[in-house]
Amino acid sequence: MIGESVLRLEDQPLLRGEGRFVADINLPHQLHMRIVRSHAAHGTIESIDASGALEVPGVVAVWTGADVADIPPIDFRQVGADQMVPYRQPILAQDRVRYVGEPVAALFATDPYIAEDGAEAVVVEVSELAPVLDAAGALGDFDGRLDTEAYVFTEQTGDIDAALARAGLVLEAEFSVGRHTGVPLECRGAVAVHHRNTGTLEFLGAAKVPFQNRDALARMLGLPPSGVVLREAHVGGGFGVRGELYPEDVLVALAALRLGRPVKWIEDRQEHLVAANHSRDQRYRLRMATDASGVVEGLDVEFVSDQGAYVRTHGATVATLAASMLPGPYRIPNYRVTGRVRLSNKTPAGTYRAPGRYESTFVRERALDAVAAELGIDRAEIRRRNLIGAAEMPFERGVDALGTPVVYDSGQYEMMLDRVMGHIDYRALVASLAARRANGELVGLGLGFFVEKSGLGPFAGSRIEVDPTGCVTVTTGEASVGQGFETVMAQICAEILGVGLDTVSVVHGQTDQMSYGMGAFASRATVMAGTATHTASVALRRRAIEVAAEMLEASPDDLELVDGAVRVVGSPTRAVSLGAIASALGPASPYAQDRPGLVAEEWYTTSHMNYPYGLHAGVVALDPDTGSVGIERYVIAYDIGRAINPMLVEGQIVGGAAQGFGGALFEDFSYDEIGQPLVTTFMDYLMPTAAEMPDLEILLSEDAPSPLNPLGVKGAGEGGTNACGAVIASAVDDALGRPGAVTALPLTPERLHAMCRLVATA
Amino acid sequence: MTARRAELTLTVNGQPYEVAVEPRKTLADTLREDCGLTGTHLGCEHGVCGACTVLLDDEPVRSCLMFAVQCSGQAIRTVEGLADGERLHPMQQAFWEHHGLQCGFCTPGFLMLATSVLESRPDIGDEELREVLASNLCRCTGYQNIITSVHAARDQMRS
Repeated sequence: MIGESVLRLEDQPLLRGEGRFVADINLPHQLHMRIVRSHAAHGTIESIDASGALEVPGVVAVWTGADVADIPPIDFRQVGADQMVPYRQPILAQDRVRYVGEPVAALFATDPYIAEDGAEAVVVEVSELAPVLDAAGALGDFDGRLDTEAYVFTEQTGDIDAALARAGLVLEAEFSVGRHTGVPLECRGAVAVHHRNTGTLEFLGAAKVPFQNRDALARMLGLPPSGVVLREAHVGGGFGVRGELYPEDVLVALAALRLGRPVKWIEDRQEHLVAANHSRDQRYRLRMATDASGVVEGLDVEFVSDQGAYVRTHGATVATLAASMLPGPYRIPNYRVTGRVRLSNKTPAGTYRAPGRYESTFVRERALDAVAAELGIDRAEIRRRNLIGAAEMPFERGVDALGTPVVYDSGQYEMMLDRVMGHIDYRALVASLAARRANGELVGLGLGFFVEKSGLGPFAGSRIEVDPTGCVTVTTGEASVGQGFETVMAQICAEILGVGLDTVSVVHGQTDQMSYGMGAFASRATVMAGTATHTASVALRRRAIEVAAEMLEASPDDLELVDGAVRVVGSPTRAVSLGAIASALGPASPYAQDRPGLVAEEWYTTSHMNYPYGLHAGVVALDPDTGSVGIERYVIAYDIGRAINPMLVEGQIVGGAAQGFGGALFEDFSYDEIGQPLVTTFMDYLMPTAAEMPDLEILLSEDAPSPLNPLGVKGAGEGGTNACGAVIASAVDDALGRPGAVTALPLTPERLHAMCRLVATA
Repeated sequence: MTARRAELTLTVNGQPYEVAVEPRKTLADTLREDCGLTGTHLGCEHGVCGACTVLLDDEPVRSCLMFAVQCSGQAIRTVEGLADGERLHPMQQAFWEHHGLQCGFCTPGFLMLATSVLESRPDIGDEELREVLASNLCRCTGYQNIITSVHAARDQMRS
């Protein structure tokens, strides 16, 4: 069953319209929250007049910053640092507003339409200050005391200065990646209720990291963690954005406590585009030192990450990942990187699928293309000369990521290059594209090699329990964002227990069902929770056989677990089903012996991530009249060690690629000169549709299982996205016959049209 | 702001629903809140994403852009009406078999859009079908498996 493309357990309710997303949850007597948001990018709040709103029948309360001044700002969930602490976001603006969309007041009403009526009647006066809109430009003022550079760090390995001094070629270049983000189809939302009878605060609609958010909410609201229960419902896409703890989440929980009624909040799309985490928006300057054969001796990088107006839950996650993963699959013995996390007056930023890697792969692969052009080396060949060899694994990068040293656990990079070259018939393809270009077509090929990271620790747990009818429940503290988590856990469990997939149900994201949990991020769920589920399944099988041995009066060595029953090898009629074993394990049963129930719980801990890797190759055709980029063909090779369900893995890769293309070509949060966002609807935020997507060719490989877990699995979530920007840029260069032409993403029609004109007039 | 409510009967999936709603209440909100049919999802509320697509007299409409009071007397079909009891509609079955959904949030809109186009044009060609499916947004699947699913359903519904 592991390795089979079984159909998903999740799908029946979703197909029938019987899902339970947060907006589908309603509680008796609930209030609806509406947020009043800043209309100014930067300024001091002069006044907030809610008197008109309070006259609207059905409006129950309006809070401003003063009402919640006792609630601390939202803390970092990971990669925090003392320097960044003053830049955390308050749940409602205190005195100053720092981006359009910042919550300045929260209004509560008996009906969502009335809540919107009321919010429109709240009058906010702001005395505007000059906004910072170019994070790489001059620093601005944050609070009269601090400037807008929140965090600076340097990582290095080897001796970069010596490498630069002796290099045959030093390429200098600048690159930038635009501002875009996850934009799940479901907007954010939450429903909270304070149960007076038990004192418990229940928060419905949690996602991604319910346990960490429970702890954060408890801290902020002065409650014990055991008094706060978070529940995950169906989640309409995550992508890094959904499920982080946002100001609105805290306001919903606080209002349920203070107003004594259930409170529901559902964001609208316009809010989402200015309020949920943005991402990317990085600018790089680098020097790449190589010898005459294109072997990279050193890389010296400085970059700025536009964090937006506050440092949110991710702290410096994106910047540190960009820095640590930038060298990718190449040896590059001497490396220095300085990252600057700077604030601007834009929506605050966080992670988005392949955070820091989409950017740094773009930068690294662009630089390698430029060196190849400079030295007259074929683009595939220069990559081959720099790839880390299989014999060099495990490979220590010499830098840290997310607090753990980057050590590539396994990889057959050259094998993958050969495979893709063979699949696309590289030489023939290059020749045919050259022939088409000679005929006046603007067509080109791009390549992008990368290393991903997955399976972030430090722990995941899984408890497996069989009920007296033989139904199996797998409970984990991890989370689902719609990626197929339940199916994958059930496959692993069903394989070990020899039961049908339909007898297994999977519980996740319920903080009262497990002692600890982390969640669905960093391509960790299958690696971490999958390993824990595997170990727990093995433990449960052992326990079942042990008890069955007593029940059947046989030696455990003579027993096997087949089709949900333990039986004596060679005499299948002497058998006892898992359900019967569970029945026989009541607390007072002689079989139980202080261990009631057929249940096993195991925890998997690790201090290392593992490292999947991939290669994208894409062919584009440009239309010089419209400035559009058509993707004619796109191949993604990805090695994740072992695929539990290849169909789901391919689904992850294709979906990830669509998002990668969006960031390369269409999606761009732009602002005018006073910091007003120009992209606040789906008319402006252009995501790929079925019309823009090519039929992708996926080459899934299992050449390099991870030695770090018993299944050998690595994470599948982000490899489809990672190299899309790099490959589209490389292919456009090739189509234009101008190596190095593309230095910035996204390649909007406007930008591409201008580039085509430049080439035509040259 | 006095909430004047209009009383009307909506016919959804063949069943009558007596509702009293403000004239400004959208069809989507009315289906979800007054009829209890939460399978219709709201992804943008400005008519772009198509998650809220329902069929009105068999034509696909964005239910976020219509008011409930406009729909009295017309036959409304939602995702809840697709399956025949336990048996999935061929379109649902195809989405299941071909992994045409991940988070499932956009799925009801795609199911309704695709069902209506195949009902009215069972022989629609691949290219035109892709154009039609480009009316709705999905953020998980990259569309490839949605297209595969609808192709499979087309074959099934023709036979």
